[in-house]
Amino acid sequence: MPIATIAGREVSLNDEGFMTDPAQWTEEIATFLAGQIGIDPLTDEHWKVIRFLRSDYTEQGETATLRRVSTLAGVDTKALYTLFPGKPARKMAYVAGLPKPKGCV
Amino acid sequence: MKRLLVLGAGTAGTVVVNKLRPRLDPAEWHITVVDQDACHHYQAGYLFIPFGIYRRRDVERPRRDFIPAGVEMILGQIEEIDPERQRVALAGGRHLDYDYLVIATGTRPVPAQTPGYDGDAVGDSIHQFYTADGAVALYERLKSWEGGRMVVNIMEFPFKCPVAPLEFTFLADWWFREHGRRDKVELVFATPMSEVFTKPVAASHLTGVLEAKEIRVETDLYVERIDADAGALVAYDGRELPYDLLVTVPVNMGAEVVARAGLGDELNHVPVDKGTFLSTRYPNIFALGDAAALPTSKAGSVAHFSVEVFADNFPRYVEGLEMLERFDGHANCFIESGFGKGLLIDFNYDTEPLPGKYPLPGIGPFSLLQETVTNHWGKMMFRWVYWNLLLRGREIPLPAEMSMYGKER
Repeated sequence: MPIATIAGREVSLNDEGFMTDPAQWTEEIATFLAGQIGIDPLTDEHWKVIRFLRSDYTEQGETATLRRVSTLAGVDTKALYTLFPGKPARKMAYVAGLPKPKGCV
Repeated sequence: MKRLLVLGAGTAGTVVVNKLRPRLDPAEWHITVVDQDACHHYQAGYLFIPFGIYRRRDVERPRRDFIPAGVEMILGQIEEIDPERQRVALAGGRHLDYDYLVIATGTRPVPAQTPGYDGDAVGDSIHQFYTADGAVALYERLKSWEGGRMVVNIMEFPFKCPVAPLEFTFLADWWFREHGRRDKVELVFATPMSEVFTKPVAASHLTGVLEAKEIRVETDLYVERIDADAGALVAYDGRELPYDLLVTVPVNMGAEVVARAGLGDELNHVPVDKGTFLSTRYPNIFALGDAAALPTSKAGSVAHFSVEVFADNFPRYVEGLEMLERFDGHANCFIESGFGKGLLIDFNYDTEPLPGKYPLPGIGPFSLLQETVTNHWGKMMFRWVYWNLLLRGREIPLPAEMSMYGKER
């Protein structure tokens, strides 16, 4: 498993570049990861989503789906596609240092 | 007298009362099950109706025929669940008090969640097969459809019977070939996921089957709305997918009454412990079957296996003992693939569907992740098993816990 140094910290990543240990995450790392996928700067709206994802993951043990974010975080799906263009579910998880959502069977 | 109240007499609710009645002393336990209508649906059979293989009468039976003696069955609309007062209100003012509650109200298609899924186009160019009425309407439509582009799409995850849209697409390919119309039909399978199935090994097998059948796949298509006038799905990322005939899997949601009671998640499914089905909020409420928010398939096989675990645990739990059994997420599904063949998948929370033989290692008779005639007959015979054994809680020689024997990594 690759280990990278991001924002002065060692973080473990999987083959796709997703962080594998949510506990290693910091806000500085989020800013760096966002830049990696062309999201710069992170606005307040981005942070609202990222903070929801982090706290929801702590409670649920799973990464929230788009529908869960749009229902519970007050940022609608259309806005999520604007904030994290293309594949928002993956991109949000990537920046928040969480596993990509499973999208239940 | 202690009172166990079961909401919903579908697969999970019916099997649970059949399994628990013999295990709970009739002198101590009163068991009641409530459902809003009198008809039990073999939902796995809806798939075959659009192609004229099953008719409505093949998938419907009176619910009461499957409720054992010693269980009270009430027909009525469930208006309110009050977990604090341990009471359920029915339409018309009747109240049912409970000591323990099992929520088995399932999940259902909710077309209204998708803007544009309304008006005259519904039943004309927009169809679904997740209700008996919808499946029959699609049967009528296919009979006279001249051809064009048929799009089969999934609106949202999770939804019940996750292999059904693939099966529908396979069967449509077969059916159009049988009727000499395949050259006039373009088949497109569209999903919000990045793969055709959520598990990698099965996804690659199924992608091969789709390619062989000349079915185009559109991935990452998360639909914002239907533009029925233009005849197109409009995705959040701006893509438009035109159709002549749309066969969709609408957004699935649990019962409204679950949401009103504050017991549901964002799709009204009940968060529970995934090993025991105990509500994460109330120590006397369980949720079983599709109603529960579990990280495995919403499917009859899961309802069946999970009720077996629950029925072993519940008599211990009510005596204050630890629940010893833990559900592993076991699911298995036949995947009908047309031309008298089918595939079979068997998996759980931790193990994805793998190739091999089932249920007897090396022997089968069923083959995992392979198209065989035997798998097809297994699926066709399953309707008999469902009505005569499974619903009545009788023994079926398939263990609740998944086995790695017979599987190939």
